[in-house]
Amino acid sequence: MSEGLLGSEWFRLILGLLIVLAFSQLNALFLVWLERKVAGHLQLRPGPMEVGPHGLLQTIADGVKLVGKELILPFKADRKLFFLAPVMVFMPVLVGFLVLPFSRGLIIRDMNVGVLLVFAFSTITVLAILTGGWASNNKYALLGAVRSVAQNVAYEIPLLLAVLSVVLVVHSLSFAKIVEYQKTVWFIFLQPLAGLIYLIAATAETNRAPFDIPEAESELVAGFHTEYSGMGFGLFFLAEYTNMFIVCAVATSLFFGGWNGLFGISLGIPGVFWFLLKTYFLIFVIMWVRWTFPRVRFDQLMNFSWKVMIPLSLANIVITAIVVKII
Amino acid sequence: MEKKVREPGAPVVQFALLDDILNLARANSLWPMTFGLACCAIEMMAAGASRFDLDRIGAGVFRPSPRQSDVMIVAGTIAKKMAPVIQMLWDQMPNPKWCIAMGNCSISGGPFAYEEQYAIVPGAHLIVPVDIVIPGCPPRPEALIQGLLALEDKITKGEGRNLLRRFKRVSGGVN
Ligand code: SF4
Repeated sequence: MSEGLLGSEWFRLILGLLIVLAFSQLNALFLVWLERKVAGHLQLRPGPMEVGPHGLLQTIADGVKLVGKELILPFKADRKLFFLAPVMVFMPVLVGFLVLPFSRGLIIRDMNVGVLLVFAFSTITVLAILTGGWASNNKYALLGAVRSVAQNVAYEIPLLLAVLSVVLVVHSLSFAKIVEYQKTVWFIFLQPLAGLIYLIAATAETNRAPFDIPEAESELVAGFHTEYSGMGFGLFFLAEYTNMFIVCAVATSLFFGGWNGLFGISLGIPGVFWFLLKTYFLIFVIMWVRWTFPRVRFDQLMNFSWKVMIPLSLANIVITAIVVKII
Repeated sequence: MEKKVREPGAPVVQFALLDDILNLARANSLWPMTFGLACCAIEMMAAGASRFDLDRIGAGVFRPSPRQSDVMIVAGTIAKKMAPVIQMLWDQMPNPKWCIAMGNCSISGGPFAYEEQYAIVPGAHLIVPVDIVIPGCPPRPEALIQGLLALEDKITKGEGRNLLRRFKRVSGGVN
């Protein structure tokens, strides 16, 4: 304890964890409200309006209500796994915050394998979904969970290949280095195909429409969280929105220049604002897509991944490798 | 004040302030179940769509699973074959839960209730506890909104206690 309590590693970790917890909850509350507003305005209706000014208190009311709801353990469900799944789904998304580069000095931990860490942990979400669906002992929940696994396996591959083509150029897996590299030109201009593939695969990874077949209401009741009531469902919901934030934040730092302004022009705005601005814009785009396109069929979804996205991303990575070698 | 009736599943020990806060939250986020039986359901869908927009008062999140919904809107004719299903759906909903009988059919059988009829259950109250009835054949979406607002007032025990509401209902309601 030579450098004192404030400078110690533990203090930093705990402080970081607290900030991350508070931020992720507030962010999820805001995003749910935003989603309902975006949905409303895209459908020519105002969305939540009466609970608080412009419905701002709506999600807080929803949250309090969900906490106050009865938790139902279905007959013959696996008790331990059933309650473990909602906790498990929320844990990995918190880990993702550890390496996100909010601004030049504002990274909780700048690891040299940061990119790998985010994607490694994000797969735990799939495991949690499978656990939840399996433990519910309900055919719809199980079908939803199985679909989720199939979908995530199929879309993880183009996602990682797209990220890999960025990593090949930068020669580093550290977020800070990747963002630093895009000081003048963002990767979306150098690697437009990889960026597009990343965005599509990320939408599928977070189980968002048009790829939300794990919870397709028209076929599977409510998919993998059919049997979850109260806060169990609430945690799945929060995790989905936090996941969305992480995915968009990663997209921002990999393809949209992170804390850098467009073409190196930062207009004197601090990097955090650039970062958050771009992240929330990407989130808005994902919501926009959700309320515009109908849900795809399962075979279309799998075909699109295996027959289009994976060959394209493979070709992209080979071309990138050749170009990097030549230059 | 209404007479206090202990709901099934409600806690024995109650904290007044906490209860008020919870009730306020519950009243302002009534998630209905995606579930309709007959022609009245069409009006329910209209109430959820752009022109009437139930989402304004926080009641537009139609949940597909009964485990996540708070209010069951029995919208339509209850055929004898459908009655056990409705009962099962009601049992699957977690407490606290409410039921709205929408339309004459679910209030008393409506046009199908005549002597010696054999096909329908004349009234949702015969199979599930009904909180609010909305008459009409079918009731207009405005009537459904009125019914939901009345249910909100029932939950918060009086319109004046719904602190989050920023408008006054013109007439009717508990209180
Ligand atoms: S009350 Fe009238 S509109 Fe409603 S379900 Fe019955 S017959 Fe149809």
